[in-house]
Amino acid sequence: MRAAAVDWRLAAPLGIVYLALFAAPLLLLLGISLHADQDLQQWGLDNWTKFWGDAFYRGVVWDTLRLGVAAVLVTSLFAWPLALFFCNASPRTQKVLIFIILLPLLTSVVIRTFAWIVILAREGLVNQVALALGLSATPLRLLQTETGLVLALMQIEMPLMLLPLISVMRGLDPNLLDASRALGAGMWRSFFRVILPLSLPGWIAGATLVFASACTAFISQSVIGGARLVYLPSLIWQQAMVVYDWPFAAVCSVTLLLTVLAGIMMLNWLGRYARTD
Amino acid sequence: MSQQLLLNGIVHSYGASRAVDDVTLEVKAGELIALLGPSGCGKTTLLRIVAGFIRQAAGQVVIGDRTVDDLPPNLREVGIVFQNYALFPHMTVAENIAYGLVARGVGKADQRARVAEMLATVRMEGFADRKPRQLSGGQQQRIALARALAVQPRILLLDEPFAALDKNLRLDMQIEIKRLQRQFGLTAILVTHDQEEAMSIADRIAVMNSGRIEQLGSPVAIYDAPATPFVNSFIGSSNILDGVVEDGRIRLSVGAVLPCKAPDLPQGKAVQVSIRAEQLMLVRDAAPDRFPVTLTLSLPIGGQLIHDVAASDGTTLKIATARHPGDASSLPGTWHCALTPEARPSIFPQPTP
Ligand SMILES: Nc1ncnc2c1ncn2[C@@H]1O[C@H](COP(=O)(O)OP(=O)(O)OP(=O)(O)O)[C@@H](O)[C@H]1O
Ligand SMILES: [Mg+2]
Repeated sequence: MRAAAVDWRLAAPLGIVYLALFAAPLLLLLGISLHADQDLQQWGLDNWTKFWGDAFYRGVVWDTLRLGVAAVLVTSLFAWPLALFFCNASPRTQKVLIFIILLPLLTSVVIRTFAWIVILAREGLVNQVALALGLSATPLRLLQTETGLVLALMQIEMPLMLLPLISVMRGLDPNLLDASRALGAGMWRSFFRVILPLSLPGWIAGATLVFASACTAFISQSVIGGARLVYLPSLIWQQAMVVYDWPFAAVCSVTLLLTVLAGIMMLNWLGRYARTD
Repeated sequence: MSQQLLLNGIVHSYGASRAVDDVTLEVKAGELIALLGPSGCGKTTLLRIVAGFIRQAAGQVVIGDRTVDDLPPNLREVGIVFQNYALFPHMTVAENIAYGLVARGVGKADQRARVAEMLATVRMEGFADRKPRQLSGGQQQRIALARALAVQPRILLLDEPFAALDKNLRLDMQIEIKRLQRQFGLTAILVTHDQEEAMSIADRIAVMNSGRIEQLGSPVAIYDAPATPFVNSFIGSSNILDGVVEDGRIRLSVGAVLPCKAPDLPQGKAVQVSIRAEQLMLVRDAAPDRFPVTLTLSLPIGGQLIHDVAASDGTTLKIATARHPGDASSLPGTWHCALTPEARPSIFPQPTP
């Protein structure tokens, strides 16, 4: 009993900080969202029913979720081959690769995002190359499309996926792959039956980070997505800073929180099936 | 059906260092060859070349009558058991054993039958649904063996399969592998750096040193007639004495003339004579082919007495004699060291510094 009491008191400082800086604002937010009018005088669920009763807002939630899932899928598609390549590279190549992988984290989000504008714009790099090579007769629309946004998010969030994936894959016994090959399995079978299941814990960690940050990537979403694509973060900004409808903005915020949480819980639930031992 | 394995002039380098240096080796169908050698001499590299994980720089690997150099590992039908077993941790024992069968598209019913058969073969019935981490080292070893044998490989490669096992279990597993190898008539290479292990289960031993095979022969031939000083020092413990060739005999620096024939060595040639500990004995009387020694220590080790003696010039020797019940140590006093009647000392030219 005494030991338990000591443990509790040791956790108190951090607990108080959490309470003051995390739980309290959250409750405040929830409280604001439960107000019916903009002056916060009347309680009511009016804003919640307004949000969920409107197909447009439901569509925004759906688009945000889809953006997160798309970012995770596209990032995974490139992360696994990259991680495999990394694990098989010589130590010197690995050092260079790690630098390249970390590079997006070393630049400011704003700069990275504007760089993507230069690349994806109508007269941008991609279009000039595509036109010059005759791959396309007219310039491709990349800015303000979901494709362009997912592409940019993939580059920006690749380190979040790669780092956990690499750290798990580096811990795998290289003999496992050899054992699989010697037993008659080709490269693809070996990958799907041995490497993929054994690296799932790393992927789940990476996918959680990518999903959460893609859903909430306000700057990338608004700069590359522009006004045409509306996601929850820009909706919150618009409602809070332009319309000044705080209760409604609070509803959007809580919804975004729950949306991201739902995705993370899905991934966690997947993680229970990825127990490798 | 077991097939022969032929390695023809295999060379492999990592960067500038030669790991395997012109190895030629023929493993007959149904034969078990032990690759014996010190750490880093290229044993694992050679196995990985046979399995197809590494492409050799020169030479051919021939299995049966087919050169397999261009075949990837999954088409070579070479079974391999790793030192750390490398069982798939996320699969059950049954799934591990069935892995190769699934890859070959064997039907579900046949898989089950084969898995049960293999579990019985390695005496692990009842473990089918365990995960590898729920098994002891020896049990994992058996499953790794069952997994490799389930697909009926043409060649079986074993890379230090017993290194992680304690001594008793090791002996059990050695007998087990020998039994299975006989039962299936497997052509097998067993890598080890334990010479006793090599002596006890191999049909022939290939002693490797820095990438080369120094000697290939039956365990008895390698023990009794080591071809090089390296093989001599690696197999069994030996006493090395310096000597000079004199009238076709050898005069030892410790003060005795050995009557043994020095094979075609010129008069006055400096040589090293290697005599196994059990081919020496202690006697009281002096003779030209004996030399005086002082006995420093006698240790009873099981059925043997190991004597530590020093010759007049300070050379220390070990002598092993059978211990009679009750004997604890030999008496102090003057002793002479003599060769037993069946002793066959090995003679090597003195290495030039
Ligand atoms: N991947 C590698 N890269 C560079 N050098 C290597 C590599 N693998 C092995 N070597 C070198 O090649 C030589 C032979 O290695 P190998 O693993 O075949 O030795 P071994 O006989 O199996 O030794 P041990 O008994 O310790 O397992 C060693 O000198 C080793 O340092
Ligand atoms: Mg080795």
